[in-house]
Amino acid sequence: MLSKRLIACLDVRDGKLAKSVKFVDTRDIGDPVSKAREYYLDGLDELVFYDITASSDRRNIMLDVVEAVAEQVFIPLSVGGGVRSVSDATDLRHAGAEKINVNSAAVARPALISECAEAIGDQNVVLSMDIAQTADREQFPSGYRIVINGGRKPMPLDALEWALEGERLGAGELVVNSIDADGTRDGYELTLTRMISEAVRIPVIASGGAGVPQHLIDVLTDGKADAALVASMVHFGDYQVSGLKRSLADAGIPMRMSW
Amino acid sequence: MPSASSIAIIDYDAGNLASVRRACAEVGVAAHITRDPDSLAGADRVIFPGVGAAGPAMASIRTSGMEEALKAFLASGRPLLGICLGMQISLDHSEEQGTDTLGLIAGRVQRFRFEDPSLKVPHMGWNRIHPQRAHPLLDEVEADDYFYFVHGYYPAPAHAEDVYAVARYEHDFACALGRDNYFGTQFHPEKSGRVGLRLLAAFARWDGTC
Repeated sequence: MLSKRLIACLDVRDGKLAKSVKFVDTRDIGDPVSKAREYYLDGLDELVFYDITASSDRRNIMLDVVEAVAEQVFIPLSVGGGVRSVSDATDLRHAGAEKINVNSAAVARPALISECAEAIGDQNVVLSMDIAQTADREQFPSGYRIVINGGRKPMPLDALEWALEGERLGAGELVVNSIDADGTRDGYELTLTRMISEAVRIPVIASGGAGVPQHLIDVLTDGKADAALVASMVHFGDYQVSGLKRSLADAGIPMRMSW
Repeated sequence: MPSASSIAIIDYDAGNLASVRRACAEVGVAAHITRDPDSLAGADRVIFPGVGAAGPAMASIRTSGMEEALKAFLASGRPLLGICLGMQISLDHSEEQGTDTLGLIAGRVQRFRFEDPSLKVPHMGWNRIHPQRAHPLLDEVEADDYFYFVHGYYPAPAHAEDVYAVARYEHDFACALGRDNYFGTQFHPEKSGRVGLRLLAAFARWDGTC
């Protein structure tokens, strides 16, 4: 039986680890390479690196980080943040990333998804979506809209419609990141996650809002997510990766418990 | 540089090569990436990795002369490991782009089609494997070990004796197959943590006999 996945997301700025709270005021919390290795040895199922560097030499810094991590970590490695072209994607792949996350640039130019799928394979293209709830059901029938540029720019794009379009264009997986829940530690956005997971045939990763193990259990059952992404829960030492996985397994969720 | 145990990793534009090389390095095995068919003659072992699509992969293998080199390598009795797409193209035919493939193992590669609409395709993530018969590469696999999979197509070998392990995703499918000095996995040992690294180490020790 396919297990559910626990994924840790490491936000990287200028080659260092940062964790954002509601996408503002990021603070450094350590070295991404040693953190990645620590999580890997503790049973993490997959790693995501998100580059939030603003400077112009961001690409080279990130390629170095990815390469250093790939030398030491033998689980799937996914990288995103600022991927605008097939060459960005293939450079990251050569550095050692398995999967490439596209986000804002794909909203601006949806063909980026199909171009990347063609170049590196559908299964390696992850469409990452930052999503906010909206009361405007007329323009956004699902009740949710896409937000880009790190949560700063709301777009006239319905979240469910974009998820389906992303699947059609060849994304192999979706990250459903709730802007409203991100950083709150109040739990994932279950309604949103379930709505999207039930609408598509590709795997869905739930993101934003995890605070306690029960939140992960909820999103992997009620929320119909295939994987749960965590950040601050593990980065600040409140929970261990292995302990979190044990909590999920004890709740009856199929998890990889031997590594 | 060919060392005591030199492994050639075949580059046919299917990506993910550095991951395999790094995983070999982690278990102390020298491996080099090559796209030169002639270089297989000097290799002790070959890994045929790959993610991507069957059609372009076969086109690349045919035009580069790699097909003949691989067949000659296998005929010499030295060990060959296929991973994911590198395994799938060892069968006769793939439904992916209707591609005729190498025909090292009798059978076909098929698309996952499920009764249960909630099952996601690709089959992506960690799954258990269930050995069907003993093989030196599976010696250290334990019942609770999970391997990392990511694929929308699966191999259906014609002969049960070619199937060494199955995995379950609605139905059982072959996830490790082989014949003589050839072995192939649907999962990615290079991305399967220490469980996968152990399998690669076993490949580096394997003499090609079962």
